Amino acid sequence: MSDDGSPPNTVPVLEAEGLVKRFGSQPVLSGIDFGVAEHEVVALIGASGSGKSTLLRCVSLLEELDDGTVRLDGDDITDPRADADRVRSRFGVVFQAFNLFPHLSVLENVTLAPRVVHGVSRAEAEDRARGLLDRVGLAAKATEYPDRLSGGQQQRVAIVRALANEPRMLLLDEVTSALDPELVGEVLRLVRELKDEGVTILMATHEMGFARQVADRVVFLDDGRLVEQGPPEVVLVDPRQARTRQFLARVIDAGRL
Amino acid sequence: MTVPAEVFPELSLAQRDRLTYRRGQARRSRLLAGSSTVVFLAVFGTVIVLSPGWERVQSQFFDLQVARDSLPAIAEGFWLNLRVLAFCAVLILVVGLGVAALRTLRGPVFAPLRFLAAAYTDIFRGFPLIVLLYLVGFGVPGLRLQGVPTSPVVLGGVALVLTYSAYVAEVFRAGIDTVHPSQRMAARSLGLTYGQSMRKVVLPQAVRRVTPPLLNDFVALQKDVGLISVLGAVDAVRAAQIEVARTYDFTPYLVAGLLFIALAVPTVRLADWVNARAARRQQAGGLT
Repeated sequence: MSDDGSPPNTVPVLEAEGLVKRFGSQPVLSGIDFGVAEHEVVALIGASGSGKSTLLRCVSLLEELDDGTVRLDGDDITDPRADADRVRSRFGVVFQAFNLFPHLSVLENVTLAPRVVHGVSRAEAEDRARGLLDRVGLAAKATEYPDRLSGGQQQRVAIVRALANEPRMLLLDEVTSALDPELVGEVLRLVRELKDEGVTILMATHEMGFARQVADRVVFLDDGRLVEQGPPEVVLVDPRQARTRQFLARVIDAGRL
Repeated sequence: MTVPAEVFPELSLAQRDRLTYRRGQARRSRLLAGSSTVVFLAVFGTVIVLSPGWERVQSQFFDLQVARDSLPAIAEGFWLNLRVLAFCAVLILVVGLGVAALRTLRGPVFAPLRFLAAAYTDIFRGFPLIVLLYLVGFGVPGLRLQGVPTSPVVLGGVALVLTYSAYVAEVFRAGIDTVHPSQRMAARSLGLTYGQSMRKVVLPQAVRRVTPPLLNDFVALQKDVGLISVLGAVDAVRAAQIEVARTYDFTPYLVAGLLFIALAVPTVRLADWVNARAARRQQAGGLT
């Protein structure tokens, strides 16, 4: 996952083509095409209900698509013959509400997937987990249970848990939306560090300021359609589309940019 | 009398006043509780002892000599109850969890299993235990099938397991349903299979949540193991019955009943302790 200075991979890490998802008769994604390149950080923005979370869940096979194709490193992962469980372990998903396992300690949360899914020995998994926890400043919390941690600490553990699987890319689903304002910073700082290490990230976010600083590309979704995408200084400052302007005007009114 | 300053030199005058007040209140309630208990017991005891017929009641239900004489036989029967209880409890947990897990299976292949599990819980929760005991305990040996046990202890245990597993399966299923779907999603997102998510994430949380109702069912089972006596197994209840017939005195039944209570009380306390510990471990404190 580190940047070794090699020329950028020509095959995108993630490629989505014509994604369609309906809940009942309600369309949530109405034909979305986009891709994420190696080491790229892409921010998904848009109003609540625009389809950001659903998009993340569909590409990571946590929701079944109604149509369309998703390729990870060129492999069609939406092929029903693909081993969906294996595919999911190649994504590191971090949720808005952390979703840590309350009956397991921090260390057990982080080592569960490496041990159960990848068959790593307990000693090795714990060793690596402690290393990762140390890096995010939570080594002292290894034996604590999640409910004893602050929201920011829980979310950092959730990120470490996702990283412990050595995923091909991280999918972050509004990872700061459930946090108290003073705890947002510590989580965003960690995401920024991951970007600097070259981790490929696709993140749904309401933090426009953060998207502008960290994202290589911003994708604006509205009503299940990809309306506009491009560098943050264009999409977030001088968007081409009227709907993007409207959305940004509302965000600025709310004091979030 | 205010708590002296030298005892708590670090406390403010206001806090010492509050402490003094609370201590006074506590002393007053202890005094009140103690005296009212003494008065109540005295009145209650006098009324009972002075009521007409008390002597007959005493000799029929509280005859210490009969109790002492019948205790060894009843205790030996109770030992059988305990062994049946231990075997049944383990089997019930296994069968109940298995049936609950079958009901949560997804996919068309498992449709017959799901249906069977649902039918099993519906039938055996509705079927009267005493009728099932008669059917299994007297009906099955009457078939004279090869290799099928005829011991009333074994057959009584089978009937108990069949009935209680249906209840316990529903308890487990309710527990599984209370685990939030986001927990499953997190487990699946890490690449765990459906079965692995169930075993490592959903079931451990479900079992913790249903420990109180399970222990409640366990207390009920402790008493119901006495029902194997209707099949002729010489357990505590049957032994007491024999003693009652021998002495023309009902005290042995009371002895048997007290043995069952002595077994139930620690279980209930254990349940309280287990719950308190689980709550402490997973949650930070606070006034709740």
